[in-house]
Amino acid sequence: MNITAFTFKKSLVPGLLLVILVALVTLPIYGSLYNVILVTSILMYANLTVSWVLFSGSTGYMSLATAAFFGIGIYASALFLPTTGAVFPVLVVVLIGGLASSLVALGVGALTLRLRGIYFAIFTFVLVVLIMELGIWWELSVSHLLGRYVILVDNNVIFYTMLGIFVLVMLTTFFIRRSKFGLAMRSIGENEEAASHIGINVTMVKVITFAISAFFMGATGAIWATKLTYVDPHVAFNVLFSFMPVLMAIFGGMGNIYGPVIGAALFAYLQETLQTEFPEIYMISFGFILVAVILYLPNGVLGLIQKLWKRISGGKRAHT
Amino acid sequence: MHILEGEGVTKYFGGLAAVSNVDFYVEQGEVVGLIGPNGAGKTTLFNLISAALVPKPGIIKYKGKNITRKKPHQICRIGIARTFQTVKIFANMPVLQNVLAGSFFGTSPGMSSTDATREALESLEFVGLSDLAATPAGDLTLANQKRLEVARALATRPELLLLDELMAGLNHTEIAESMELVKRIRDRGVTVVMIEHVMKAIMNVCDRIIVLHHGQKIAEGTPQEIATSKTVIEVYLGEQTNAGS
Ligand SMILES: Nc1ncnc2c1ncn2[C@@H]1O[C@H](COP(=O)(O)OP(=O)(O)OP(=O)(O)O)[C@@H](O)[C@H]1O
Ligand SMILES: [Mg+2]
Repeated sequence: MNITAFTFKKSLVPGLLLVILVALVTLPIYGSLYNVILVTSILMYANLTVSWVLFSGSTGYMSLATAAFFGIGIYASALFLPTTGAVFPVLVVVLIGGLASSLVALGVGALTLRLRGIYFAIFTFVLVVLIMELGIWWELSVSHLLGRYVILVDNNVIFYTMLGIFVLVMLTTFFIRRSKFGLAMRSIGENEEAASHIGINVTMVKVITFAISAFFMGATGAIWATKLTYVDPHVAFNVLFSFMPVLMAIFGGMGNIYGPVIGAALFAYLQETLQTEFPEIYMISFGFILVAVILYLPNGVLGLIQKLWKRISGGKRAHT
Repeated sequence: MHILEGEGVTKYFGGLAAVSNVDFYVEQGEVVGLIGPNGAGKTTLFNLISAALVPKPGIIKYKGKNITRKKPHQICRIGIARTFQTVKIFANMPVLQNVLAGSFFGTSPGMSSTDATREALESLEFVGLSDLAATPAGDLTLANQKRLEVARALATRPELLLLDELMAGLNHTEIAESMELVKRIRDRGVTVVMIEHVMKAIMNVCDRIIVLHHGQKIAEGTPQEIATSKTVIEVYLGEQTNAGS
């Protein structure tokens, strides 16, 4: 009984994941255009949230730079996929967006990751504003453009690219967590001083993780830009994108890699539906839900699900 | 051979000289006690040796080589490990993972996964925590958390181990066990420097004692010499009168 229960439980998660993946891959076949677009934005938020957790969740450094990396990706598309004709294929531009964000993260990380706690959070937030202001200045006085237009890309192409990035960021997170590198990250999150004194090059681990996380944010921004069609620095470097991943991660729970995804999915779904139907109460209800989650569900929605699941499966076991 | 040497080691915090112009050495294979009243600069000296802080001015040499400019992780990899006065374990990780982090990253050149795991299990066995390998480190008693720090440090295969108040907060039995543990570490060939307020342990275990007071080295010698030193007795008696008043 125990063994069957064990193997059942072991194959349950991969099985479920496979079903979800198949459902996602075939969505454009059976789903409406509205559904494809909705799931695309859910995946966008999931990408940002999982990337954010990859760095901030494990090392304990609260980054508010998400909007900066996302925006750099958006501008990669604005520069290389203008309406006057694509300079590179879409996938290449997505790669450029990711790499450009990584490079900025490497530089910024090397400079600032010795800042602890609130100082790091504030610096990363200032970074977003700084890049936005630089962008505004550049567009006004160098390129003489208010904004830029990005070429139209087929909704399915956007969807599949977003899905591809999602699968990649999930696999990356999964394998990093199980690797030696993941052990170093967790040690830093637990106690950075002790980690450095047992031989972990804490600066290097933090900077590399920051850059990996920025890569996926940039790639996500690059493909998202094709959905926006019009881009200016205010749109690209909207600070809301720095806070949303944090809220979504707290909402879903950061205990394992599914929590942030569940948080992002629920949040993005609520946003899409509430925002169109009740725009006034959207932000308010949002705030209330979040306060409730923080106060009553310290491990997020996923923590609640796991608790309920334990009660159900525990109850079953008691009967046999 | 001097495994560790310090020349004119100094550290100011603002206007306060926490460690002031201290010369010291540690012989390979010995157990050195570092004692002194609260705030004497003992932990600061450990922080300087392990590169958590940089001496200014002053030089620290390990096996004759200047290591003053190295980073903490490099200090660990060349063979100097430490524990902390206030335990700094990875509380949400299982005991074994704590030690595994040490064997994975603290050795140079690094180890394969199998070797690192073997090293970690052996270190746990050595300090007597094998049965608790799967327990989250935060659930351990203080005595066991301190043992875990020793195991994690040993897993980095040090030649020199710095123990900061291993026995503080422990009961009589646990102190006796810790003294045994230090002796067994020495018998493995690891040189030990230990900060300790438990005089019985210091007198029993150490080959040599260094006394700090207000950041300065005021005495140095065998336990016998230190126990009868006028200066040392005065410093400690002064402490007691202050505390009593
Ligand atoms: N990071 C720091 N910043 C400022 N002052 C410090 C710092 N660390 C230590 N000090 C000061 O330096 C002096 C020496 O402290 P240290 O911790 O080295 O003493 P200690 O000998 O280990 O004492 P104890 O036996 O209480 O542990 C103290 O006056 C302490 O307040
Ligand atoms: Mg101390």
